[in-house]
Amino acid sequence: MTDIDNSGAETEGASSGSMAPAQDRKTVKQEQRKELFATPSFIIGAVILSFWVLCSIVPGLFTKWGENEVIRLADGSTIPRTGPGANAWFGTDTIGNDVFARVIYGADNVLINAPISALIAVLAGAVLGLTMGYYRGLVDEILSRIIEAILSLPVILLALMVVVVFGNSRIVIVLTIAALFTPVVARTVRSAVTSEAQLDYVMSAKLRGESGWFIMMKEIFPNITNVLIVEFTVRVGYAIFTVATLSFLGLGAGDQSAADWGVDIANGYSLIQSGQWWISIFPALAIASLVISVNLIADSIEKVYNS
Amino acid sequence: MSLITNDSDRVQRGDPETAALAVQDLRLAYIVRGTPREVLRGVTFQVRPGEAFGLVGESGCGKSTSAYAAMRYLPSNGEITGGRVLANGLDITAMSSSDLRNFRATQASMVYQDPVQALNPTLKIGKQVAECFRILGSDKGGAEDQALEALKRVHIAAPGSVMDRYPHQLSGGMLQRVVIAMGLAGDPSLLILDEPTTGLDATVEAEVLDLVRELRHETNAAVLLIAHNLGVIRTMCDRVGVMYAGKMVEEASSDELFEEPRHPYTIGLMNAIPRLGLRKTDRALSTIPGNMPSIGTSLPTCVYVDRCPLATDICRSDAPPIVELGDGRWTRCHHSDQLSSIEEPSSDIPEHVVGPDNMIQLHSVSKTFRQKGVDIPALVSVDLGFAEGETLGLVGESGSGKSTLAKTLLGVHSADLGGEITLDGRVMKGKAIDRVDESIRAVQMVFQNPDSALNRAWTVRKILTRTVTSLTEIQGAAADRRVEELAEAMRLSSHHLDMRPRQLSGGLKQRVAIARAFAGDPRVVVCDEPTSALDVSVQAAILNLLATLQRDEKTSYLFITHDIGVVRYLADRIAVMYVGRILEKGFTDDIFEGPVHPYTEALLSAVPSIDGTSHDRIPLTGDIPSPSNPPSGCVFHTRCKYSMPGTCDVHEPPEVEVGPRHSIVCHLPIDEMPTPITVSISKKG
Repeated sequence: MTDIDNSGAETEGASSGSMAPAQDRKTVKQEQRKELFATPSFIIGAVILSFWVLCSIVPGLFTKWGENEVIRLADGSTIPRTGPGANAWFGTDTIGNDVFARVIYGADNVLINAPISALIAVLAGAVLGLTMGYYRGLVDEILSRIIEAILSLPVILLALMVVVVFGNSRIVIVLTIAALFTPVVARTVRSAVTSEAQLDYVMSAKLRGESGWFIMMKEIFPNITNVLIVEFTVRVGYAIFTVATLSFLGLGAGDQSAADWGVDIANGYSLIQSGQWWISIFPALAIASLVISVNLIADSIEKVYNS
Repeated sequence: MSLITNDSDRVQRGDPETAALAVQDLRLAYIVRGTPREVLRGVTFQVRPGEAFGLVGESGCGKSTSAYAAMRYLPSNGEITGGRVLANGLDITAMSSSDLRNFRATQASMVYQDPVQALNPTLKIGKQVAECFRILGSDKGGAEDQALEALKRVHIAAPGSVMDRYPHQLSGGMLQRVVIAMGLAGDPSLLILDEPTTGLDATVEAEVLDLVRELRHETNAAVLLIAHNLGVIRTMCDRVGVMYAGKMVEEASSDELFEEPRHPYTIGLMNAIPRLGLRKTDRALSTIPGNMPSIGTSLPTCVYVDRCPLATDICRSDAPPIVELGDGRWTRCHHSDQLSSIEEPSSDIPEHVVGPDNMIQLHSVSKTFRQKGVDIPALVSVDLGFAEGETLGLVGESGSGKSTLAKTLLGVHSADLGGEITLDGRVMKGKAIDRVDESIRAVQMVFQNPDSALNRAWTVRKILTRTVTSLTEIQGAAADRRVEELAEAMRLSSHHLDMRPRQLSGGLKQRVAIARAFAGDPRVVVCDEPTSALDVSVQAAILNLLATLQRDEKTSYLFITHDIGVVRYLADRIAVMYVGRILEKGFTDDIFEGPVHPYTEALLSAVPSIDGTSHDRIPLTGDIPSPSNPPSGCVFHTRCKYSMPGTCDVHEPPEVEVGPRHSIVCHLPIDEMPTPITVSISKKG
């Protein structure tokens, strides 16, 4: 190629890059981050979430009682079924354990299982959605119908069946929730990929003979990561609910005596009528606060990306 | 009678209290990610009652924002920071929201660029139009009658049946008529049109513009017209304001502005347009160096100083004065007396060599799509060829099969059996993926919209390197060098290579797209309206680049465009398509001299030109026929004013040689074929 050296020609491209009207990508990212960190709903969500994450890592930081340690007063007596007070902020349960300590220690089950299952669901859904959205045609038709069929069934019922059949080990619970969330993710990703695949850069890649796999993974995938991040945060919220519900139904993972919000609600909810509301209400509030914090974060991220 | 008059009483700028619209020192900022960024930096203009005022300027100059601000119709992050807007003496900037609603309902209305988005897809046309009258207080039956009248007024044939249809069942031109009918419902004294014809074909555009002109005459409404197409502005407007970076830099009557621009920016815009029959063999197009400052940039002195060929120290230290030029005409420049020293590019350019034989040849190529069990012949036995280094311009309305032809050549889909495409005499496979590497390399494409054509997650370097390594044998360090060379040839600097598309301006993005198309040393590059998304100054630079690359690389172009000026500048030969058929092909000069096909005649006359108005436009009424059900005989007979019943509607016309390599598919005897109307060329031009 020879250089262009005509008078009057080609001056526009020679201007310095700093003059380019489009904002620097880094600046945009920085400004997005700045805006995100200045959003009140994001700050509130992040504070609550960080608290629970800290609880699941170092629960001892927040309470002197262990999760299965019965509170004993100075005289050695125990105080089961006592309402919130100076000895136990959140009261004690039927055995005499500190409800506050149970809530703190109960965070880890949900906080480990929910994000892992959401992550698996997003990855699997991404692969499925990419395939469906890029190739379309018969495979897409069939998979779409299957997805619609699965989506028409209540998630928790399906989860229950699977866990009853395969046992309630952590791996089964995580994979079950992941599998149940995959179709929703796949559908969202598919629609993002469908519109992406209509863009000319995809046609350009085809015109230079690129393979379908290359176009999906290298060309399209980097352009749908925003969708995946938003989808992940939303799914984490739902996964928290599902994990807690399974525990509530007695199908939670692992040791049944370990502190677990779902289990503790199940153990305490029949006592609400007899006035001992604190045993189940505090774990329930814990679940609610976690889900709300995740949703606050998800909403703020989505808003900033779309602005 | 032309409506564009330069009645001096009219152009005299009067009392803002009596103007249909008076924008006074309007300042406006958008709050983007927390920071207010100035978009309008003190805009002042007036639209007198009954006057048509045009706003022109490159994208981002604030012309649409000015129009929206005139209705106080702003996005939630838009904030008026100074100045005021008066309409018939009412201060819109200080109105309460109920007064504002009333004002929008009865005194002003707006027609948007995309009629599809302006109409509710779930409601029938009749209901939507009637609603405008309901708001104005009519009862149900009365509103429907008025809606019917309103549709008649915008020349919709069979308004009754249109009332009963949904928006998706109507064509773009028809929808824009409906939107205009709705806009006129309240008999507004001010009509704001924001790029009203941008998405429409030239033939439909001409019809819509005729309609607006006629209605304006009828209602005596003042019109504020925003259009990036300067031809539209010239044919429609009495006065024109030129905007740059949120400031008005020049205002004049339409004819004065186009004949004798008095601001360096206006001159730059005018010279960038291929006009008055300019060809690539005459000279390169003028360009405007640099880019428009982005919104929010601090511009204390002359807003145009960084790109101005006349800029001196005073332009950077003092704000330019407004120079009154009489009759309300003015320009904002320190050097308005030195404009004649702005030079045009030299006409000394190397010879353009076109090969003797056709390198690529389409032999009776047809393409039939099958949709819901119905065959749709999108291409019907097309014979077309072009030589090395030649540009073949492909023109025709939307839906005529231009893109299908390009995609068949590119191998996006294969042609029907029986037709073939040969490269240097060897047949190429139908689909790109089945073609040999050499054929894949040989045919590449530059797309219309660079935003869509470039992967926004990739850097420019990655885009080009991948193309080089997958199209050619060049790998590794050699490929990196090749990318640097390509970038240099496109006048992209090396730091552009590490940017992502969104960091680049439209022109730079299109350069990257062109670099990618040229990465594998192609023989043919299909250019699908490569400049229609760009501003004229950028278009000029891209057309210059394409012309230079063609001269140096002997590449052929299949150039699809709606812009007759562009095709005339760049194309060596032109092919005219209609309903999947080539109706005419010939050398560019021969086509503009005639004789031509009646369709070509109508197509050429439809284009609004910046060189003046053609008063005797050939109207092309009705819609382009559906390819699934083409008219009998000659496909054009349904819209042809020369149609001979008994011949044209029965027999397919023969291909007649009217000159060297110039053939026309028509029943008319050669001496009765029309010659294209050349627009009245300006006296000073």
